[in-house]
Amino acid sequence: MIELMGIYALWYREFKVFLRERSRVVASIINPVLWLLIFGGGLGANVAIKGVNYQAFIYPGILAQAVLFSSVFFGVYIVWDKKIDFLKEVLIAPVSRTSIFIGKVIGGTTDSLLQASILLLIGLLLSQGFIPGLHLTIYSSLLALAVLFITTIGFVSLGLILGSQMESMEGFQMIISFLVFPLFFLSGALFPIDNLPSWLTPFTFLNPLTYTVDALRNVILGISQFGLLYDIGMISVFSFIAILIGTYAFEKMKV
Amino acid sequence: MRQSHLAVLNFMPAIEITNLRKQYNGLVAVDSLNLKINEGEIFGLLGPNGAGKTTTLMMLTTLIKPTSGTAAINGFDIVKNPSEVRKSIGMVFQDPSSDEILTGYENLKLHGMLYGMDGKLREKRIEEILKLVNLEDRKNDFVKKYSGGMRRRLELGRGLIHHPKILFLDEPTLGLDPQARENIWQYVEKLTKEEKITIIITTHYMEEAEKLCDRLAIIDKGKIVALGSPKELKEVIGGDIVTLKIRNPNINGLENLNFIKKIEIKGDILSLVVMNANINLPRILKIAGEVESVEVKSGTLEEVFLKYTGREIKENASGGRWSEKVIQYKSKK
Repeated sequence: MIELMGIYALWYREFKVFLRERSRVVASIINPVLWLLIFGGGLGANVAIKGVNYQAFIYPGILAQAVLFSSVFFGVYIVWDKKIDFLKEVLIAPVSRTSIFIGKVIGGTTDSLLQASILLLIGLLLSQGFIPGLHLTIYSSLLALAVLFITTIGFVSLGLILGSQMESMEGFQMIISFLVFPLFFLSGALFPIDNLPSWLTPFTFLNPLTYTVDALRNVILGISQFGLLYDIGMISVFSFIAILIGTYAFEKMKV
Repeated sequence: MRQSHLAVLNFMPAIEITNLRKQYNGLVAVDSLNLKINEGEIFGLLGPNGAGKTTTLMMLTTLIKPTSGTAAINGFDIVKNPSEVRKSIGMVFQDPSSDEILTGYENLKLHGMLYGMDGKLREKRIEEILKLVNLEDRKNDFVKKYSGGMRRRLELGRGLIHHPKILFLDEPTLGLDPQARENIWQYVEKLTKEEKITIIITTHYMEEAEKLCDRLAIIDKGKIVALGSPKELKEVIGGDIVTLKIRNPNINGLENLNFIKKIEIKGDILSLVVMNANINLPRILKIAGEVESVEVKSGTLEEVFLKYTGREIKENASGGRWSEKVIQYKSKK
């Protein structure tokens, strides 16, 4: 009982913070929209991939990117809770560290999915003829949200694993450069992965975001490389492993 | 139930520390600490920065594991039964630990939930606590709008919401202005009067230690070097220090006065350690000899500290750290 209430307490805090940090939310929405409209629009003028308009092609990729960034950043931000003594205040409560981890994951997942929902609403709007070839429906939006739900659990956990091992935000730039951007570029978000040099192929197959992008493209555009079940299986395995490692990392976390 | 009943019969101490030790990469932070703290006491851990005070507190509150040794808090072992320990304690941290994007009320609510309190009980306790720390009319303001003193009060109140048996205060007034400090002291004193609670406080402010604590342990390099009430500790120095510039001193006569504890001669300067110098000074002057000048220094904890650690405690060594952190936190976003 106390564990459930503890999980709820952590979610409650994250949700309040999310609602109050509007500028962060706005920024996290604007960024993907710029990618879609400016990058996609600029490049898309002369490109179509697999018979699909380029902007429509990258829309699922941009969704995945937005969730990747917000999830990992959310997790890494636990360093700030450490910096002030807020984390100690939580760790000293009679709630297990596993529950604290789960509460954080649910909080981060809520954040990311709310942002994704806004991007899906924008997608529904853009499907009214603004982006040729993009025919997002409410049904496919919900499917996309389900895919993103499994994805974000894994990436929030990944962020929390990293954040729990860090003592300051110094490593943050490294994480962006060596983890977040490579995951994004090697996921097929912006181009089909078979366009990449063959030595990079193993990395794309190891990249969980690859399967998210493929699954999203499947439910939104009807094109897929691996098939929906395979994609969802791979993402689930990734998220499951991330939760396990995350629980362990929280158990061992120094404060 | 049975266990706590028996414990009361045995006059269980609130805290019993046994050979507690913490080592970081070969560096001993806390060295075989043994200590008993009684129920209802305000107990102070006094020491310079890096003496091991905070490390001790972190072990007692189960945030870090001891390298060896253990402690019983409210009868529960910190290594074997950390979750029962956590239910028994509250803590106010050295650095700000409230969330400033939340209001005062929300911080208390969050805390209540973390301690598994249901809505009804929680609301009742929040109301009580807000009254206690005098923040009722600011409860719906964001914590970032609070002054340093208000924020400390909120955190003090928060540490009490779940009615802990033992409350830990880690440098509770660090970085606060004198008035806010006085204010916190009043709340702490009020607490021990109104609630049956044991308080462990770390500080490097002598005034704070002297004013608040029933007993003190002076800690240096991870070890307890002195233990006792502020009064007892000061008596170790032996009393007040009277320095006389004197010709032809009557040493024999002075040695016969039983309130003089110690005599030292350097040239024509005579140093005496005297009990209650304010009363006994006239008798000294009567027989001492041809006195040219007199200086009386009353014994302070500072001198006790100096005697045991060979160092002066630096009041402002980490002064403002707390408020610096607040500023850091504010500029984070």
